[in-house]
Amino acid sequence: MKSRHDPGQMLVVDDNRVNRLLLTRALEQNGHQVANAENGRIGLEMLRAKPYDVVLLDIDMPEMNGFEVLEALLEDEELRYLPVIMTSASDELDRVVKCIEMGAEDYLVKPLNPVLLRARVNASLEKKRLPDEQRKLFRTFATPAVAEQLLRDGFTLGGKYITASIMFCDIRSFTTLSEKHEPAEIIELLNDYFALMFDAITANNGTVNQMQGDGLMAIFGAPASDEQHSEHAVNAALEMIELLKAFNEQRVTQNKSEVRIGIGIATGKVIAGYTGTQHRATYTCVGDTVNLAARIESHTKVAGQPVLIDQYTRDGLSGQIQVEDLGEVIFKGKEQSIRVFSVAT
Amino acid sequence: MPVIDKTTFEELKQMSGEDFINELIDTFLEDAPKMIAEIKSGFATNNADTFRRAAHSMKSNAATFGASHLAALSKELEMLGKENKLNEAGDRLKALDEAYASVRDELKGLKS
Repeated sequence: MKSRHDPGQMLVVDDNRVNRLLLTRALEQNGHQVANAENGRIGLEMLRAKPYDVVLLDIDMPEMNGFEVLEALLEDEELRYLPVIMTSASDELDRVVKCIEMGAEDYLVKPLNPVLLRARVNASLEKKRLPDEQRKLFRTFATPAVAEQLLRDGFTLGGKYITASIMFCDIRSFTTLSEKHEPAEIIELLNDYFALMFDAITANNGTVNQMQGDGLMAIFGAPASDEQHSEHAVNAALEMIELLKAFNEQRVTQNKSEVRIGIGIATGKVIAGYTGTQHRATYTCVGDTVNLAARIESHTKVAGQPVLIDQYTRDGLSGQIQVEDLGEVIFKGKEQSIRVFSVAT
Repeated sequence: MPVIDKTTFEELKQMSGEDFINELIDTFLEDAPKMIAEIKSGFATNNADTFRRAAHSMKSNAATFGASHLAALSKELEMLGKENKLNEAGDRLKALDEAYASVRDELKGLKS
């Protein structure tokens, strides 16, 4: 993490030239890179074109005033966390209060006090850097949309019961496969395979939360809530099979063995939350549904079908997906038998 | 009341630097006549928003340089614009011209 005195990219939006010059000068003296805009509309265009760390925003401006800019920023997925410091005259604090309530980070009174300017800008920079780091971290295991939602809503799912669809997936006969290939080739294969699976899962609102060897676990319906989690999980599974088919066609032409996978999906209540330490946290789901999904995935070997789902997942599907009832199966550790369905691929 | 409050001006000079203060003064002397013209045209056409915004800018810049009287006068005009009472602004416009003229002359002398 950068120290608090590191320079940042600033944007000064003010219709008054003397104010713009003065703010720009003062910020430059603190080592920042400064761009400026003479009204809200131009400012917003600049913010959308290039990343900035902090915006200093005047309220009273022609074309688009400070309120309108602030509103537009808060509605923008990419820009909602950008710290905005309102700059205003001392006699318009009522308007500043409104901006702070709307979501502005802080304010500065004109004429400028350079000490306050430095302190508030540095505090804003610091506050922005933390979410920036978090966003980077989140994006490594979730879609940008999920990352944004997490940042917006916070870690509210800590230790909560939620209804979600859980997916397990792994490579069939991976041990045999790995005996036939060089280690470097295996790692390359795994990387390609995981990249494809991640694509399919994240494209369908899922979050991969575990990878182990050749297996992975994904959650649909959390951390970002998604009412169609069953359907999305099954769609992801179908896309995974589809992508793998193309991948295998390519491998066959290279004289490499094909890769087969099994996917199991179960839907129900799970306990979800973040576990770990401050430096390394994962989103975890535990509960019967998770165990069941793992058992169903394992059952794909027995059933000879690549995608198997439980009754609750099937109940959440729209009519377009074809499933075949494979009857009831008794799984290890389960008291009741479970009805399993195979999804047509 | 002095035309330019020296403490405020010195602080501004210290903050912006010797070379920069001249640029700042020049910018103000270039823009201020436009603001006054806008205040007057807002008054003439009874456009309270133009009037108010220009008075607001003048207030802001006058305060930056420590031109307290000009700032106070501009603030009064801004308030009249806000309350849509431009008809009460008449004699203040002449006072604005005079206040600005003194500020302009003094600022020119303060350039280093």
